[in-house]
Amino acid sequence: MGVNLTMARERGQLVFLEGLKSAVDIFFQAQEKPHPLQFLREANAGNLKPLFEFVREALKPVDSGEAGWTYPVLLVDDLSVLLSLGLGAVAVLDFIHYCRATVCWELKGNVVVLVHDSGDVEDEENDILLNGLSHQSHLILRAEGLATGFCRDVHGQLRILWRRPSQSTSQRDQSLTYQYKIQDRSVSFFAKGMSPAVL
Amino acid sequence: MLDSLLALGGLVLLRDSVEWEGRSLLKALVKKSALCGEQVHILGCEVSEEEFREGFDSDINNRLVYHDFFRDPLNWSKTGEALPGGPLGALRAMCNRTDLGPVTIALDSLSWLLLHLPCTTLCQTLHTVSHQDSCPPGDGSPVGKVHVLGLLHEELHGPGPMGALSSLAQTEVTLGGIMGQASARILCRRPRQRPTDQTQWFSILPDFSLDLQEGPSIESQPHSDPHIPPVDPTAHLTFNLHLSKKEREARDNLTLPFQFSSEKQEALLRPRPSQATSHIFYEPDAYDDLDQEDPDDDLDI
Repeated sequence: MGVNLTMARERGQLVFLEGLKSAVDIFFQAQEKPHPLQFLREANAGNLKPLFEFVREALKPVDSGEAGWTYPVLLVDDLSVLLSLGLGAVAVLDFIHYCRATVCWELKGNVVVLVHDSGDVEDEENDILLNGLSHQSHLILRAEGLATGFCRDVHGQLRILWRRPSQSTSQRDQSLTYQYKIQDRSVSFFAKGMSPAVL
Repeated sequence: MLDSLLALGGLVLLRDSVEWEGRSLLKALVKKSALCGEQVHILGCEVSEEEFREGFDSDINNRLVYHDFFRDPLNWSKTGEALPGGPLGALRAMCNRTDLGPVTIALDSLSWLLLHLPCTTLCQTLHTVSHQDSCPPGDGSPVGKVHVLGLLHEELHGPGPMGALSSLAQTEVTLGGIMGQASARILCRRPRQRPTDQTQWFSILPDFSLDLQEGPSIESQPHSDPHIPPVDPTAHLTFNLHLSKKEREARDNLTLPFQFSSEKQEALLRPRPSQATSHIFYEPDAYDDLDQEDPDDDLDI
């Protein structure tokens, strides 16, 4: 998208927790303080309090005297993996709840979370996580394939649902659907049936 | 029916879904209670106090007592700011209230409580809170009605807990809708009366007042505009589609070739003498063999 992530990381604008690498560290290195993914070492299904504390630490303003970064964005990719690692849906929902309280309410930022829909497969925990997150969200973006199957020029469909009750008017026209095509470094959107390839 | 939900005491369940959210209706009912002069307690677990109070004017906000369990519900910060006992402690404290006027307790949300507390504990506490008015204290002083409004997200719970809460509730409101128009299905159980089941279409105005409506119009097709005259397709053509009067008469008098009329039948049956029989003119080639004999002579027919 034209953003230099390496430079952002060096400046402290971007803080990146690489889950996979971090998970390996927890087993092969002695940890003095609690590790963000501490729950992997616990026998019982734990909670994500250490991970939340890592997030809160990363968002603390730096004491260098210069103006800190404002309006943070927390991107989580992706929450369904945490369920597979043995955490309960309620523990994951609590983590997101605390992230919302800190990032959205306290620091006036945004939280963007990716979660997979189990689709036809019956997965009760994933459904609780998905529905619980939907109820906590102000905006839901559902990306799904086309009902008619694979298409080279239209990769999928995006349904946008707003859930902001304080801004509701008498007309609840809060849902939109677009189709999209993923390109090399961007995504192009168009109304249903209006792909340039089929017009 | 929706505006008289608060006339009965007890537990009112507001069942919402991802598509049809129920917090607006909860806020509208909270506003109604506050305007009636009741004391209103909010157990806020899902949204911040600012977000809940947004949209209410200052008179309503002054009547709301907000118990904030949004910032640190599980006491992770350990700063001592979290309210002792958590949400359950706060709910139990409301069972032992000293002020006996009418009160509304809004649980935002009952789903959060159900996910974090054992179902039996929650049901027992809810039962005690919502039935306070039926157990007056020893000194005989009257107890005001208690309304408990619980916001419940349907998709998060199995049939067991949902059934348990349903059986505790005096009124259940299930939110839904069609074509952008919200509806509330109200199931009301009054003691010694038959349960009633009604559907009410409504919308919530920006100041959280309830606007009751008739329902979506059945015809969704746009009407054809009577002011536009129908277009004549035979006008402005490069060829003539019309017939003059003479041409029309000639067309009507024409007999179609395959129409079998009595004249045609006569003509076929009686050959006219004026018509000569047809002739065949034959010029034989040099190679032709003309044999005058009848080739079928030797057949013994």
